[in-house]
Amino acid sequence: MYKEIVIEHFMNPRNVGVIENPDGYAQVESSVCGDMMEIYLRIEGDRIADIKFRTFGCAAAIASSSLASEWIKGKTIAEAAQITDEQIAEELGLPEPKLHCSVLAISALHAALEDYFKRHPEARPSIADAAAQGNDA
Amino acid sequence: MSTRRVIYMDHSATTPVDPRVVEAMLPYFTERYGNPSSVYRLGAEARAAIEAARQTIAELIGARPKEILFTSCGTESDNLALRGVAWASRHKGRHIITTPIEHHAVTHTCEQLEREFGFRITYVPVDRDGLVDPEDVARAITDETILISVMYANNEVGTIEPIAEIGQIARERGIPFHTDAVQAGGQLPIDVDALHVDLLSLSGHKFYAPKGVGALYVREGTPLLPTQTGGGQEFHRRAGTENVPYIVGMAKALELAYASLDEEAPRLQRLRDRLIEGVLERIPGARLTGHRTQRLPGHASFVFGGVDGEAILMYLDRANVAASTGSACASSESGPSPVLEAMGITGRQALGSLRLSLGRENTEEDVEYVLRVLPPIIEKLREFSPICPDAALR
Repeated sequence: MYKEIVIEHFMNPRNVGVIENPDGYAQVESSVCGDMMEIYLRIEGDRIADIKFRTFGCAAAIASSSLASEWIKGKTIAEAAQITDEQIAEELGLPEPKLHCSVLAISALHAALEDYFKRHPEARPSIADAAAQGNDA
Repeated sequence: MSTRRVIYMDHSATTPVDPRVVEAMLPYFTERYGNPSSVYRLGAEARAAIEAARQTIAELIGARPKEILFTSCGTESDNLALRGVAWASRHKGRHIITTPIEHHAVTHTCEQLEREFGFRITYVPVDRDGLVDPEDVARAITDETILISVMYANNEVGTIEPIAEIGQIARERGIPFHTDAVQAGGQLPIDVDALHVDLLSLSGHKFYAPKGVGALYVREGTPLLPTQTGGGQEFHRRAGTENVPYIVGMAKALELAYASLDEEAPRLQRLRDRLIEGVLERIPGARLTGHRTQRLPGHASFVFGGVDGEAILMYLDRANVAASTGSACASSESGPSPVLEAMGITGRQALGSLRLSLGRENTEEDVEYVLRVLPPIIEKLREFSPICPDAALR
């Protein structure tokens, strides 16, 4: 049912844990299966300097959050905001019933960024910035 | 790691076929392959084999041979019992009594009878151990009630229901009583008269016979319309050419299971109790699901706060242990387990369930091995989890 990459992330998840006094934090729940995820962000300048997560859920949920954290760490806010759940699902080769796990990981990231923007509205990437970042990538 | 033997603790899901069963079946594939309905000797041989199997199974459960129908699986037996009685009795009444902890083969059939055929279904509650109170069944009976269906033992939590008492009530009111004995077959003694049951479902692969064969006991005089029509097989109650080798295998397997029950049941019970004791002692926040003592001899089931059942299974699989969960994420059904929900175990707590069901090949060493590998798995998963066990258990 799962590809080796899912098992690998699930057995050795990256960036598990918490950050004291994070710059951005969110806890989200899946309405589909009751899974829960929380994300902590430390932001320096326009970069995500550190990310930690904790997930209650199945192998796909834990692997999705682990992979997302790996991709996000060190990226600029604008770059991180462009990562989609489809990209996570594709990289992990998630089966159809597990697609909501990748959605949960990306929703948690977006919610944690929103939390940061609430206190730092100037950091919110404009549409033009996002487009420019998208072109660079 | 891959060369290590898998410790199989999922006997409630299925069992390996006993080599003695395979041996009994083999001649009926290539040598005695006749159709039991054929008149020549090859056919007569096949007929004799299924009638001997019928006799064997009948004797083991205290029935008469003509009360045993062979089917393709436990699900078919449940379907035939419910739909067959409902169809036959539809002019008498359209009320069925069952429980919220039945297998889907029963509940989904009841739901269809309700939705499409105008039957009314009453689900009598269970207590926190998963036990049905026979008094609740008695109170639910109306003049319209045409069938009561309560499982002998539950697949998810192992609880054994008071079938004889419920059967007594059904008998006094003259209402046909069905029990799904798929989990109980070969594990608990079955005497259809002592249990006062009129219909009883069995599935071969739960007692070391192959998948693809089951049986339904139907007490003489019980109204039952066939749901599969065609030839006159199985006393005109279940059409279709008989699966001769599998029927032979199922009878052999049930015979072997009951021949060794007196030693095997206490042995499994000791292993089960050690497993339950060890898990509750070594894992903080672990809770047993189902009744502590009134449960299947090899069945241990738990919920653990803060972790997801499928995640536990995946880690156990990497440690070469095969087990099961009722968690939504591990099956095609979404939402928490209706069985645990009916027992008052709800929400996220119900998602962290684990079932370890022991069988013939399991040893004390297997149990000790699981008791060594399971606690660190739960601990590791809790480190990943935003829910602390205390909160999850609340």
